[in-house]
Amino acid sequence: MAEIIDLVLLGMLAITAFNIIFIKDLFTVVMLFGIYSFLSALIFVNLDAVDVAFTEAAVGAGISTVLMLGTLALTGRKEKASSHKTILPLLVVCVTGAALIYGTLDMPLFGDPDNPAHQHVAPRYIEDSPQEIGIPNMVTSVLASYRAFDTLGETAVVFAAAIGVLSLLGLPKRDRATIQSGLKSHLVLRVVAKMIIPLIVLFALYVQFHGDYGPGGGFQAGVIAAAALILYALVFGLPMATHVVPPRVLKALAALGVLIYAGTGVVSLFLSANFLDYSVLAEDPVAGQHIGIIAIELGVGITVFAAMLCIFYAFAGQTERKNIQ
Amino acid sequence: MFAQHLPVLPIILPLMAAPLCILLGRSHLAWLLATLVSALSFVISVDVLLTTLEQGVLSYAIGGWQPPWGIEIRIDTASAMILSAVTGISTLVLVYAKESIAKEVDPSQHTLFYTAHLLCLTGLSGILSTGDAFNLFVFLEISSLATYTLVSLGSDKRCLTAAFRYLVMGTIGATFILIGVGMLYMKTGTLNMIDLADRIAEFNGNRTLKTGLAFILVGVSIKLALFPLHMWLPPAYTHAPSAVSAFLASTATKVAVYVMVRFIFTIYGAEFVFHTMSMDILLLALAIVAIFKCSFMATVQSNVKTVLAYSSVAQIGYMILGISLVSSVGLMAGLLHIFNHALMKGALFMAVGAVLLRTGSVDIKAFQGLGKQMPLTMAAFTIAGLSIIGVPLTAGFVSKWYLVTAALEQQQWVIAMLVLLGSLLAIIYIGRILEAAYFKEPSELTAGKDIKEAPMLMLVPMWVLVIANIYFGIDTSLTLSAADTAAQLLTQSMTEIEAAQ
Repeated sequence: MAEIIDLVLLGMLAITAFNIIFIKDLFTVVMLFGIYSFLSALIFVNLDAVDVAFTEAAVGAGISTVLMLGTLALTGRKEKASSHKTILPLLVVCVTGAALIYGTLDMPLFGDPDNPAHQHVAPRYIEDSPQEIGIPNMVTSVLASYRAFDTLGETAVVFAAAIGVLSLLGLPKRDRATIQSGLKSHLVLRVVAKMIIPLIVLFALYVQFHGDYGPGGGFQAGVIAAAALILYALVFGLPMATHVVPPRVLKALAALGVLIYAGTGVVSLFLSANFLDYSVLAEDPVAGQHIGIIAIELGVGITVFAAMLCIFYAFAGQTERKNIQ
Repeated sequence: MFAQHLPVLPIILPLMAAPLCILLGRSHLAWLLATLVSALSFVISVDVLLTTLEQGVLSYAIGGWQPPWGIEIRIDTASAMILSAVTGISTLVLVYAKESIAKEVDPSQHTLFYTAHLLCLTGLSGILSTGDAFNLFVFLEISSLATYTLVSLGSDKRCLTAAFRYLVMGTIGATFILIGVGMLYMKTGTLNMIDLADRIAEFNGNRTLKTGLAFILVGVSIKLALFPLHMWLPPAYTHAPSAVSAFLASTATKVAVYVMVRFIFTIYGAEFVFHTMSMDILLLALAIVAIFKCSFMATVQSNVKTVLAYSSVAQIGYMILGISLVSSVGLMAGLLHIFNHALMKGALFMAVGAVLLRTGSVDIKAFQGLGKQMPLTMAAFTIAGLSIIGVPLTAGFVSKWYLVTAALEQQQWVIAMLVLLGSLLAIIYIGRILEAAYFKEPSELTAGKDIKEAPMLMLVPMWVLVIANIYFGIDTSLTLSAADTAAQLLTQSMTEIEAAQ
């Protein structure tokens, strides 16, 4: 049964990809990208990788779509005819595809429990992480403790992306609160938005702190919280949103998250343990791991939230400027 | 108290300083913090280098988790040597940047510049220190994103197109590396480099692993601008702010060369890459074409930054040539050239940045008559230029000497000749600029203007590099022993196999 579902989903993924290549209307393409991400998320669910699926749905289908729409508002929705020759790129793509297929020939069998990926380092994570780290969600154990340095790096990547967008576009100035822009004539939208925004924020907090027990964690929570504010900005206008969360605060928050994460590691250094060794944060090593994971997940959540919103503000600020001109 | 933590500090110091720069908000404070942190990282790196020369490889388990379950920081002499060069150049560039970016970058973006610079340094130190293949990819992403930002900060609008082109090519390269690492993991179930090397040795001639190698080599070749995947580099280095060109030309592509060395010698093993897959012939051919095609391109450019950018691609050819000779001496020459090229290209780009500051142009015409007007800057340019050519008593001579020795050791007379011929082309492209500076009258670009010598803050770092060029050209004991130890360690498995045969 699972194989049939996989095949159907993969087929739909291929159809979506082909449509993305051939359709010239960029608005449709962005919508198809969203569908593509949702389909990938479904495939991840079918592979029992719910944490990955959750991230893909929140980041790939959620925030990325909004950011791409923000770009379309600046560039227009029609694809320009390309003046490039297409033969060489096509050849490169074909060679790459052929190489990938060649590479699959000796791949381990799909779903085989004897695969190296299941036999080497993974058993320790599965068998020992409940005693060593003491939280039920092993994905979080691996992300936040065994391979915490990677996650620190990923947080820095998100921060670097925000720095990049800020250096290109800059943040909008904080305006006096007016309801001039936004969808002020859509009463239904405004009432519904006011009702669901608090719920979205609450859900974000739940995802943030429930990451130890179920799918979730700082990345997803940060994105969901940013989505709540983006919704607010879309319905009530950017000036109102900048009044709620001023751009300068956002920039500071993006930096603060990275500092919280790295700072947690440095605290371990001062307690004469290795960088990011949380065991020394409390008398009981398992309790120490707990504290460490909560602290670094908070850092991740803050940076992701602030970076995503920064990027949105930068795009939306450009659009507003364009509309004024 | 922190002695055992030294290997991790060159990564986390700049990583924490970058967000602090944003919180400080003022550009001169950010500059001060960035420079101090970079200098501290340099001191630590040199200390780590000396330790590796005495005690061998340093290993540090992040989070207290032993490899392969946790991530290992693993610094051998090769990493420590390049790490010292990268942090050292970063410090000098930051000192230099204060005056340089004041003219070339919008004042509101100065803090962002220092933040991006520190993030880039974090990424480069991380790549050089880590012993984990996926962790390497993460740091590669940090440094790449920061690099695109740095290039896009130029005052010339064309820097945006250049940065975008670099972004697209760089992202393809990174994705290829990720696909390759994914294939490695699928087949071995581990990401730790030493563990990977052990487990790859078990499968000889597996198609998934071969494909993984192909993806990684192509991806890294884009990052290090190996001909013909170098097209992103000349526009990026031409239009980026001068301080950025100086930093990137002497560090970013060199770190990518290191990544290639790491994947070939440590993870896959030279035996597999060069004998089973015959990659040495391909790399050798590309390296030689790169040296000649790009040296020639450098001789016909009118923008001096473009000249230096093409020269960089050609110099990368020499490094790859050293690797593709498949010998300990060849690899040593390659590593030595990574280090020495950082010294010369850093100084050259700094000198060009000083000319841009004073004349407002980097066209070769702007250099006319500068020999009298900016004597110190042009003297620095001359000495660093001689080093690029490979004149005795400069650092460039030492690495080319060993490259020729390595070629002759294998009776490769043609290759040795080609290396010497490549230097002749360098004489032409450097010579053109020197001729303009010393033997021509000021052109209409600068005529009548009162051109002063560059400010102290730019001259000092420039001359530190120039003196380093001469010093490492005369007293080669430190660089030679470091490069030799590094190459011995990397080719250990290769010599064992040869001995067994």
